[in-house]
Amino acid sequence: MLVSAHSLGYLAQAAGVTVALSLAGIAFGFVIGTLVCVARVSGGPALARLGGAYVSVFRGVPLLVLLLFIYYFLPIVGLDVPALVAAIGGLSLSSGAYQAEILRGALNGVPRGQTEAATALGYSNLDLWRRILLPQALRISIPPMINEFILLIKASSLVSVVGIAEITRVSMNIASMTYRPLEAYVAGGLFYLAINLTLAGLGGLAERRALAGAR
Amino acid sequence: MSWDVLLHYAPALIRGFGVTIACWASGCALGLVLGFAVALGAEAPSRALRAVLRVYVEVLRGTPFLMQLFILYAGGPSLGLRLSATTAGVLGLGLYSSAYFSEIFRGAFAAVPRGLIEAAMSVGMAPFDILARVRAPIAFVAASPPIVNTLIVMSKETVVLSIITVPELMYEMQTMAAETFTAFDAIFAMAVFYWCLVEVVSRIGRRVEKRAAAFLVSHA
Repeated sequence: MLVSAHSLGYLAQAAGVTVALSLAGIAFGFVIGTLVCVARVSGGPALARLGGAYVSVFRGVPLLVLLLFIYYFLPIVGLDVPALVAAIGGLSLSSGAYQAEILRGALNGVPRGQTEAATALGYSNLDLWRRILLPQALRISIPPMINEFILLIKASSLVSVVGIAEITRVSMNIASMTYRPLEAYVAGGLFYLAINLTLAGLGGLAERRALAGAR
Repeated sequence: MSWDVLLHYAPALIRGFGVTIACWASGCALGLVLGFAVALGAEAPSRALRAVLRVYVEVLRGTPFLMQLFILYAGGPSLGLRLSATTAGVLGLGLYSSAYFSEIFRGAFAAVPRGLIEAAMSVGMAPFDILARVRAPIAFVAASPPIVNTLIVMSKETVVLSIITVPELMYEMQTMAAETFTAFDAIFAMAVFYWCLVEVVSRIGRRVEKRAAAFLVSHA
């Protein structure tokens, strides 16, 4: 192998950054996704439209365009944010739209009769969501959420354009320092593959446990 | 929005739009053909071939598209593979999308009712005829909604080609932005443009989905 141990050390560190970025994107995206989903499902016509527009826009605009937009837009309104914030913001806004759709799909998987039963028993709207809809929807959405996490790990390679030292950026640096682009990029690719195969394995495990729990 | 700037750069932007559409169409066409072949190969009796194809799909789906482009475009010359940015971009898009298309076709083949294949066998159709006249037509219809979905995903992936300097729309926009200090306007226009593109294709997709569903119900 022509990539030195030194370079592999940098790549391992960068892999940590990639995972941390994606985790932040998933976490903030989950908050956005939940709010958008609740707005669409039980927020009245105006909120539902707003939620629908959010999903349409943030699924329709390519992530690279979104990232550059945030990167250039925030300074114009006087917010000089670090690249890291722009990157996490872009990942979260985009992932939020996809997670909203995942949660909406999962909610459709909760039998309608349960909502009616809860209403008949006098559950408040908040309790209905907190105790009945969300716990079940979350369990159903575990497999697609793991899938979304894998997609986000891959999407995070685009934040290399705003200069964050994640796997792709570090691979580019190694390639230009060593004049060995093939080895550098293949090594970077293998790090992504290792992360994603691990996630897919965990996903399979979680899916089986969730199915067992549902029975 | 500075309209005179946009007007001045209109020829370059229109060319860029053409390149975007051409890369999208040819990349996805390549991906569909490769994906179909991989899905057929996954049924081969040879275990080794099946394992190789599995690795092919997992590697292409498990690594970022940008990384694959770098390997092809920057790493290729180390293997004697010197590609222009556009060729590398189209080839990259074809390989990347083929992994997704192959999974779609695999699922669609599995959805062809077993009884139809048995009926075709019992009237003495050759395996190739069964594929060409029974399995493939039904699989294509069943696969059409997810294919449209993947086409939409790939239309957004084409902007990544700008990073390896393929002169598509995003690249031309960024050139304009850099030369005229209109970064914000340019990016905003790009966001609106892609949103419109995706909305239009999704609408077509929903129509395709309805027709495909109606066809499958009436023929199965």
